[in-house]
Amino acid sequence: MKHLIFCTAAVFILSTVFARDIPAEESICEQLLSITLQAPEKKTDVSYLGIEEAGSFRITDIPCDVLLVEIFSMYCPHCQKEAPNLNEFFRLLRNSDRFAERIKMIGIGVGNSAFEVNYFRKQYDIKFPMFPDQDFAIHKILGEVRTPYFIGIKFEKDGSTTVFLSETGPRGKPEVFFRDLIKRSGLE
Amino acid sequence: MRNCIVVFLICLFWIAVPVTGFCASGAFGDRIFDPGKLKPKDSELKVETGEKAPGFTLPAISGESVSLADYQGRKNVLLTFIPAAWTPVCSDQWPGYNIAEPLFDAHDTVILGISTDNVPSLHAWTREMGDLWFDVLSDYWPHGETARKYGILRGDGTAERALFLIDKTGVIQFIHVSDINRRPDLEIIVKAMEELPGE
Repeated sequence: MKHLIFCTAAVFILSTVFARDIPAEESICEQLLSITLQAPEKKTDVSYLGIEEAGSFRITDIPCDVLLVEIFSMYCPHCQKEAPNLNEFFRLLRNSDRFAERIKMIGIGVGNSAFEVNYFRKQYDIKFPMFPDQDFAIHKILGEVRTPYFIGIKFEKDGSTTVFLSETGPRGKPEVFFRDLIKRSGLE
Repeated sequence: MRNCIVVFLICLFWIAVPVTGFCASGAFGDRIFDPGKLKPKDSELKVETGEKAPGFTLPAISGESVSLADYQGRKNVLLTFIPAAWTPVCSDQWPGYNIAEPLFDAHDTVILGISTDNVPSLHAWTREMGDLWFDVLSDYWPHGETARKYGILRGDGTAERALFLIDKTGVIQFIHVSDINRRPDLEIIVKAMEELPGE
């Protein structure tokens, strides 16, 4: 009986250790800040992100107050449906005198090769930079979230960072999401 | 004590083995059955590139029957076999091909998606993907006969995750049998189409 209790307890403890639940927002923030991405080839992307042209960079290298990250896949029907809405959201953002430079946006294609990410961008005429995560490395550290998934990070003036958005699913009407993002980020 | 250790080790293995077949798309919600990590390949190919592709006629989810011979002299054909409906990886494969129609059109190629699931299951599953532009065929009965002809029927009655690109003369020009736990990159298909005779 003692042995059985020992086994049950050991399995329970290991289950907790290996649990693959979606991490808490603090954890997501920490993980996102630790990842590095390859600088894009397109000069317009490099210019938009305000980073060095070659090599890798961290998201903290992007000069902005708020970064919106879309976790997507070209193989995900919901991401495909969401693409036109996000294009409109990005257009609203870029046309905003107040927020165009303060809020930046990127996409990370989980399980997608560079070819697949580029094809997805071309197919939907997506203007914001997108990056491949072909081996699911980023997807795994984010807790294998379902796509599309959105993470909003605010870079505070004191150097700290907070995640104010960490949700799965379509964002709804672009203009509503735009207003909601600004409100939730505390920029207004 | 020995039994306890065996149970413990089995549990430890179950917990620690990474699940590589995760379905990332939220489109399927929690309706996906995860079989865990599977033996990467469990069959032996019976065809080679340069050979005539084995013919078949299979029921499609459209309600019609589709034969490989229907395309001879007209179109190149990409056969995309997937192991099973409502499973990870498979559910994240054909939706990508669905937005890649222009790439296939550019190479005068049609897709035939094939699974050993029956027609009703395939119908229900593919409805979650939206309107697919290509035919989805059931190799359910006689069970897995077409997969067997190509040498990709696994021991559990599912097909391998396999691609066969067949040119307009009916000759196999490209074969790719993936690790069942991984989706093949779209780029390898595009490269294979670029190398088709007459391209």
